[in-house]
Amino acid sequence: MGVGITVEHLNAFYGKTQALFDINIAVLANHATALIGPSGCGKSTFIRCLNRMHETIPEARVDGAVRIGDLSVYNGTSATQLRRRVGMVFQKPNPFPTMSIYDNVAAGLKLNGFRKRKQLDEIVHKSLNASALWDEVKDHLHKKSGASLSGGQQQRLCIARALAVQPEVLLMDEPCSALDPISTGKIEELIFQLKEQYTIVIVTHNMQQAARVAEFTGFFLLGKMIEFDKTEKIFTNPSDKRTEDYVTGRFG
Amino acid sequence: MPDTSSNSTAVLIPQVSVPPISLRRRVTDRAMTAVAILTVVLVLLPLFAIFAYLVYKGIGSINLAFLTQTPKPVGEAGGGMANAIVGSMVILAIASVLGVPFGIGAGIFLSEYGRNRYGDIVRFVSDVLNGVPSIVVGIVAYGLVVMRQKHFSALAGGVALAIMMVPTIARTTEQMLLLVPQAIREAAYGLGVSRWRTTLSITLRTATSGVITGVMLAFARVAGETAPLLFTAFGNQFWNWRTDQPTAALSLQIFTYAISPFDEWHRQAWAGALVLIILIVGAVAAVRIAVRHGTLAGA
Repeated sequence: MGVGITVEHLNAFYGKTQALFDINIAVLANHATALIGPSGCGKSTFIRCLNRMHETIPEARVDGAVRIGDLSVYNGTSATQLRRRVGMVFQKPNPFPTMSIYDNVAAGLKLNGFRKRKQLDEIVHKSLNASALWDEVKDHLHKKSGASLSGGQQQRLCIARALAVQPEVLLMDEPCSALDPISTGKIEELIFQLKEQYTIVIVTHNMQQAARVAEFTGFFLLGKMIEFDKTEKIFTNPSDKRTEDYVTGRFG
Repeated sequence: MPDTSSNSTAVLIPQVSVPPISLRRRVTDRAMTAVAILTVVLVLLPLFAIFAYLVYKGIGSINLAFLTQTPKPVGEAGGGMANAIVGSMVILAIASVLGVPFGIGAGIFLSEYGRNRYGDIVRFVSDVLNGVPSIVVGIVAYGLVVMRQKHFSALAGGVALAIMMVPTIARTTEQMLLLVPQAIREAAYGLGVSRWRTTLSITLRTATSGVITGVMLAFARVAGETAPLLFTAFGNQFWNWRTDQPTAALSLQIFTYAISPFDEWHRQAWAGALVLIILIVGAVAAVRIAVRHGTLAGA
């Protein structure tokens, strides 16, 4: 089951440059939350703070409090422990190129020492099913490399890989930006189904996509969260002038 | 010349008439292609020339006795280099066992943890070590192993060659790991895989074929080294199965026989050189085939 996320007074830096300013947000469990805003506004930095990916960049740092379920992200939790509960799908599909399709999906469990063959088979099957890829790859799970798939298939493979470690939260950083409309449609459908089991935070440049898949939407501008509300309200009756300008296409 | 007279309303890009490719350009194109082919031939020619000459000079002396017997005393005909062939293999195995892990380990450090001053120092030292004359490396191994053990040995020869392998392997491993996109590492971190696990099971694995190329380069380079073995492995006219005793090596045997005054020994030196080259090519090819065998379709 998904868990909620609360963020309090989050600031993020790259060296001396501040990228996020005092972000406060509460994400509901088992819902999809979209983050929109122009390029460089800090959306990606923000979700990378949720699974402590931000700190893998040299000289990057964070202050503030993030709670995911009962975990305090920046206080007494190891980054690896946290990331097993908070899955991530990246902008560009990044399957492990030297691994078979099966090994790609099983990677998270195998590399963390899980070795039970039968259970692994079942988890790989279920994860590929959940990401709507099973039928397309079931005949060459072990023979083909993850890199041999098409872009859209690769992205669904990456989703399956993230689901296989059974996270409670799924972070998606513009998961469809490198995909064609058909693959995008499949992944959006997927997000709809995944919401029942996971809490989803999705960064997107595509406002229609935000409107289609998310119940809540946050608007970022220049490292600040300008507005956070129900998706419907953000797109039809936003409280802030800047949000209105952005969603109506007047800038950005 | 721009030509906007026709269809100027629909076409935004001005139409230009591209002139036909001139004779001069076609000639230049052909000439450059010919130069490129010529340089390839020039690079490959010495290799084939050496190999052909070795076969010509050496094949006549390669027979069962050469491959199975030890050297005969001066003046007696026949005999072979069997002990030197085995000795070379033993010394190279020792060198690989010692040198490859250190080289790959140093390469991992440089690529994954060495983006700082300390890494720069290691890089610099490694490049300097790469340029140290091989005879000097031999002296170092002499001081480190032979002086302490009080006798020449395969181990000392292996240590000398291992020292020579490390910088090559370290720098190629570093370069190959740096070619692995950051996104692949992030994918592993995102699954809750620890950093050391990611480095070993994801980054290094993705770069495997490149790392192996580096290892094979280093291996092939030290396999023919003679100078560092002169006062480490020392050479031996008889069979020796102990790694702490003076051991024969093909390169040493070739050296000894080539500077001797006997025609028979000269012929055996040629044969030894041919065997050495075949062993190196064989080892490199075997590793390549083994690696390709384990690679997936589309990887």
